[in-house]
Amino acid sequence: MIRIGYYPGCSLPGTAREYDESVRALAPALGIELVEVPDWNCCGASAAHNLNHELSLALPARILSIAEREGLNEILVPCAACFNRLARTRADLLADAALCKRVTDSTGMPYTGKSIPVNILDVLSRISPDYISSKVTNPFDFNTASYYGCLLSRPKDIVQIERHEDPLVMEGLLESVGAHALDWAFKVECCGAGFSVSRTDIVGKLSAKIVNNAVNCGADAIIVACPMCHSNLDMRRPALEKAAKKKFEIPILYITQAIGLALGLDFKKLGLHRHMVKVNLRPDTLVPLAKEEAVSAMEAEV
Amino acid sequence: MNYANVHHNDLYSSRIKNSTGENILNCYQCGKCSAGCPVAEDMDFPPSMILRMLQTECEDDRKAVLSSMSIWLCISCEMCASRCPQKVSIAAITDFLREESVQLEMVNPGAKKILAFHKSFLDSIKYTGRLYEVGLVGLYKLRTRDLLQDLLTAPGLFFKGKLPVFPHMVKDRSGIKNIFKKTAYRNRGEQ
Repeated sequence: MIRIGYYPGCSLPGTAREYDESVRALAPALGIELVEVPDWNCCGASAAHNLNHELSLALPARILSIAEREGLNEILVPCAACFNRLARTRADLLADAALCKRVTDSTGMPYTGKSIPVNILDVLSRISPDYISSKVTNPFDFNTASYYGCLLSRPKDIVQIERHEDPLVMEGLLESVGAHALDWAFKVECCGAGFSVSRTDIVGKLSAKIVNNAVNCGADAIIVACPMCHSNLDMRRPALEKAAKKKFEIPILYITQAIGLALGLDFKKLGLHRHMVKVNLRPDTLVPLAKEEAVSAMEAEV
Repeated sequence: MNYANVHHNDLYSSRIKNSTGENILNCYQCGKCSAGCPVAEDMDFPPSMILRMLQTECEDDRKAVLSSMSIWLCISCEMCASRCPQKVSIAAITDFLREESVQLEMVNPGAKKILAFHKSFLDSIKYTGRLYEVGLVGLYKLRTRDLLQDLLTAPGLFFKGKLPVFPHMVKDRSGIKNIFKKTAYRNRGEQ
């Protein structure tokens, strides 16, 4: 059992509830114990760094300081936006002692940088793909487009992702549960992020290009690891359909939901009924014989 | 501008460097940032042009930048910074320009909704410590007087169990208030 801190952030108890549900359902199945950071606050998101630089560092610093106090060496931050803010705060505060002093004065809590924020892809990719494959009961036998967006891929030295213009970590995970990960062009493009309410037109235009390319490449589902990407491609579907002047039926799944389905977890426990765009993908159960065949076929491929 | 009598610390490029650590003079106008920017086509000046206008140290240019739509249309996707061959983080500079624009009350009228959203967001977490969507939308609607927007998606969210009616409060609310006070969140330009 790996014990790891857990910072859900504001989206996960609210509009991204299914992400929270699927992370909490998947973690024990893969031997991960989540310890929620007590009395956590909002990271400030784009609003804080748009209007007040110090505030945009002090809010995440409070979360990191609490995690440190609780002895959590790592904090899993499923929301890509929160993860980006926390990772940046840690890097900035460690790089500038004077800044760190000002910020800890604002939070009233000591900070040493002991707690390291990690995203869901960091945590999942540490688990051996063979181990994940061995747990698969219902192979996720679909064509998937892995969509990373901005906040998991940039800036590369803050988020520490390999091949930041063409990452492959999600593809590896999806293939370990039986998916066919497609090569497509828009995996690190921006969906419009925080403009969901204030400039829905821009979100529609940018998200339309992403969904259109995924569909044209033959995807059955777009797989995401960010609540903002999800809400822009799923909840803002009418806006992007208006911009694209056509209808799309492709569902948007969190990576934890796709892996959870393959591991045979319950559809509702993974929150798949909460999407605005209906999810019709139900992977078939492997019969024991077929499973052996699949494993030997995989070995033959290797 | 007569450069003979200007101390280098008075230059705007020096102020940007002191505040953000970014040197705008490193930009040699290759235009990669503008090519990759997802919202460049909606901007009044694309990112590389903003940098050029700052490099001139001309007051008219600076005013045009601070009152541009561009700085508010930037989504902070960081594509510009990640592709810049000179490693200039335009995203960090844009954050600085937005703060300046608010403080000098030069915000472009077209950015009213975007600014209203950011302010409502910060107000919401100032009171509860965590984002409270119903409160955020309420504050935003009051600021923009756009009461009908999103009327169709809210019930959908509610019935999917994704719109909590009551806020999740942080227990240590005085700690949060203190952070806001000490970082001096300015609420100027209020409508």
